[in-house]
Amino acid sequence: MSGAHDASRRRFLKVLGSATGALIVGMQLPARADTADELLGDVVLRLNPCVRIEPDGTVVIGARDPEVGQGIRTAQARIIAEELDADWPRVIVLPMDLGAEDGDGGPSWTLGHQEARGSTGVPAAWSDLRTVGASARELLVRAAAQRWGADASTLRTQLGKVIARDGRTLDYGELAAEASALPPPNVAPAVKSPDAFRLIGQDAGDVDARDIVTGRQLHAIDQWRGGALIAVIARCPYPGGTLGNLHASAARALKGVEQILTIPKPDPSIPLGTRPLAAGVAVLANDTWTALRARELLQIEWTPGALVQSDDALIASLDARFEQTPTMAVRNDGDYDHARKLAHRTVQARYSIATVAHAELEPPNCITELDADHALIIAPLQNPRGALDVVQRLTGLRPSQIEIRLPRSGGGMGRTLDNDHVAEAVMLAKTVKRPVKLIWTRSDAFANDVYRPFAVHDLEAGLDRKNHIIGWRQRIASTSRLAGRGEPRERWWLSEAHPDDPPAGLIQNFQLDWFALDSNLPRGNWRAGSHGVNAFATQVFLDEIAVATRQDPLQLRLNLLGEPRQLPYRGHGGPVLDTGRLAWVLKLAADAIGWTKKRNDGHGLGLAFHFTYGGYVAHALEVSMEGDKLVMHRCVIAADLGRVINPLGARASLVGATMDGLSTALGLKITVKNGRVAQQGFKDYPLAMMAQLPRDVQVILVPSNQTPTGAYEMGLPGAAPALANAVFAATTVRVRELPILPELMRLL
Amino acid sequence: MPRLPQTDPGITPEPIRPGIDVVINRENFRHTGDPSMPLLWYLRDVLRLTGCKYGCDDATCGACSVLVDGKLARACELPMQKLQGHRITTVEGLAQADGSLHPLQQAWIDEDAILCGYCQPGMLIAAVDLLARKPDPSDDDIDGIKNLCRCGSYPRVRAAIQRAAAKMKGAPK
Repeated sequence: MSGAHDASRRRFLKVLGSATGALIVGMQLPARADTADELLGDVVLRLNPCVRIEPDGTVVIGARDPEVGQGIRTAQARIIAEELDADWPRVIVLPMDLGAEDGDGGPSWTLGHQEARGSTGVPAAWSDLRTVGASARELLVRAAAQRWGADASTLRTQLGKVIARDGRTLDYGELAAEASALPPPNVAPAVKSPDAFRLIGQDAGDVDARDIVTGRQLHAIDQWRGGALIAVIARCPYPGGTLGNLHASAARALKGVEQILTIPKPDPSIPLGTRPLAAGVAVLANDTWTALRARELLQIEWTPGALVQSDDALIASLDARFEQTPTMAVRNDGDYDHARKLAHRTVQARYSIATVAHAELEPPNCITELDADHALIIAPLQNPRGALDVVQRLTGLRPSQIEIRLPRSGGGMGRTLDNDHVAEAVMLAKTVKRPVKLIWTRSDAFANDVYRPFAVHDLEAGLDRKNHIIGWRQRIASTSRLAGRGEPRERWWLSEAHPDDPPAGLIQNFQLDWFALDSNLPRGNWRAGSHGVNAFATQVFLDEIAVATRQDPLQLRLNLLGEPRQLPYRGHGGPVLDTGRLAWVLKLAADAIGWTKKRNDGHGLGLAFHFTYGGYVAHALEVSMEGDKLVMHRCVIAADLGRVINPLGARASLVGATMDGLSTALGLKITVKNGRVAQQGFKDYPLAMMAQLPRDVQVILVPSNQTPTGAYEMGLPGAAPALANAVFAATTVRVRELPILPELMRLL
Repeated sequence: MPRLPQTDPGITPEPIRPGIDVVINRENFRHTGDPSMPLLWYLRDVLRLTGCKYGCDDATCGACSVLVDGKLARACELPMQKLQGHRITTVEGLAQADGSLHPLQQAWIDEDAILCGYCQPGMLIAAVDLLARKPDPSDDDIDGIKNLCRCGSYPRVRAAIQRAAAKMKGAPK
């Protein structure tokens, strides 16, 4: 190996040559030895640096974030390739492992952002990965200058080549070895001016598309490890329950069964998401089928834990609950009670949003291999840093001894932000002293999920004689998903209520209170978090006010948003919310659906808008009832996501989240019966199929030079309220519940 | 040419093991394990053909869709003992031996009908079955595909099927 150079600790990039003459540019590695070995790794299977240029001109880009269908690996690679002036057809994108080293008192993260949460991957990449590409480009230019004896400032780059003024060219591959011998830049090189972009803003298909359609793509659950035992776990279906009598002899007698182990009731003082969700009995066998058959043969008596209330029981308690002091006075502008006294009229409504499950198509799974000084984890992981913490706690290994691979995985929808599957697999592997591949089945995933919290929104608005909204009181009661996660009760509102979400800041007297509801059902992160819940209540209530006061629902919203201005926004997606951008996407969606067109076909139109994680999105939907069937004819999604890296990918995200939002709003609900979750499969948790969803779906992306926001979750929150509002327009039936269909059928 | 070494006369061949003979993606295989093992786990655990995905326990999601003698089936509900002599096609068998893609696979790439990609092999198999029955499918015909996608790729799946159907119509038979 040729050596590392100029090992200044202050430099922001690490550039190393390799034995094969490749140029490698990585992120800053704060406390790491400067050896090429460490950076290079096994270049065939794993990629440590972000950019590697092969002598044949192939550019290998390491994508650091877990890919769960949000298109992040394509977007990240495009950002790096743009600044590198790479020739896209010659780019290969490979997943990187979690970058962790031993730091002072804990892990030191070497690759920056590595998670799939809150649509943060693209903004993070925009802020630090452009420089990675630009630095590699600068080295290649300097290498060419050296070769030609030319002034580097006279050279330009294009499509993987350095080009001199006289027309001479050198391919990046020819320069890789020389470039890798140069000292890296001491200061961050300038990034491109956007008018020079060739890749950013242009469509790019998913980098794994060919592997996926040919079946070669190994999702996490498709990975393998030699000698691994397949583990399935019979988990206690009663939250907080314990294992009673167990008869395992029939299961143990099955050929191919290696071990049967019990997992004790987890210690509730350890936060959810970092330990097993439930007590269980694990079967470890030589193949999946044997493990599943053996599990069927187990005779287990479970002892239920504390009572788990159904959503209905929680609803019955609410009138009394709302009379009490709120757990958190989230926002209080002006004086709502006074405004209510002055109001010419008031409008009230209460909305309830059912508990839902993740139902992610690839269920949790985890390969774990443990040695005295090494751990290997391969799993669907949206939060790999959290996984490393779990492994550290359970094994005592140091961060540098823990290898966490991040294969592409099925849409996690927030489920794999929790690492209970990792905790289970590590505990099993520790005991059996062999590699373990843990698989959850579909019914496992329904019975023991971290469900999206149940919530009720109680809304009241006061209007003056001109029907302007002068007061707004929103009381949210929900089973916070922060409960059981090491957060004190006074912080639980943070996952449930957003103090600056519209119409906060738009109405003079505005009161937002949050009331904690207790539930023993574990809760967790679910795509778009409580935005997916709260937007339903707020946007349907705006419609109800419009109807009650005979205002046009579009005009009422536009009046409310008012003149374009920036309002402070403290949550994720801030620091400001631009009312003009929100109004603009709403107008675009309304225009495209034909809002002002007179209709006499029985079809109804519905609108909604929401600001999610920095993205401005409006939905417009056209529906009708055909007999007793709700038909969605058209859907328009208008979005301002700042500068869009990959429009094709952003559209996929917006459409996908909208379909998911509509599917969930239509018919999905988790119910508790006899102290346990009643749903066991898709038969009683009917994800929408193609036939139920709109055929005509249009996306309008607002051109923008603003900082990119990402795109994955923004399409979800507005879908449900736009549907409910369209249903009202078509039927005059106001549905105040999610899911919509059962309630609509009851009311019709 | 170098001469091939002679077989050691001291070695007797292993006796032929009884099993269930199946043809998978034009290759012959013999399953010698538990005859009740579903095709899903035979493909995934034994042959490592992991394009056949696990998604549910009651044959509702379609992630494990395969073709058995050209007809759409769910691999999770087909025990190996029912498959003696049958021809099975998985997503891995859709492309030609030279690597050239099935028009539906190409259409999937062209429409970027991917998202997480977990359901897409099953979707593709369902689409192959649809176009075999209805070369010029209507929207209602496409709606007949019952496979589940949690990410919401349905509109692009529809577009990909329409694109492939148009292409295949123009192609010589």
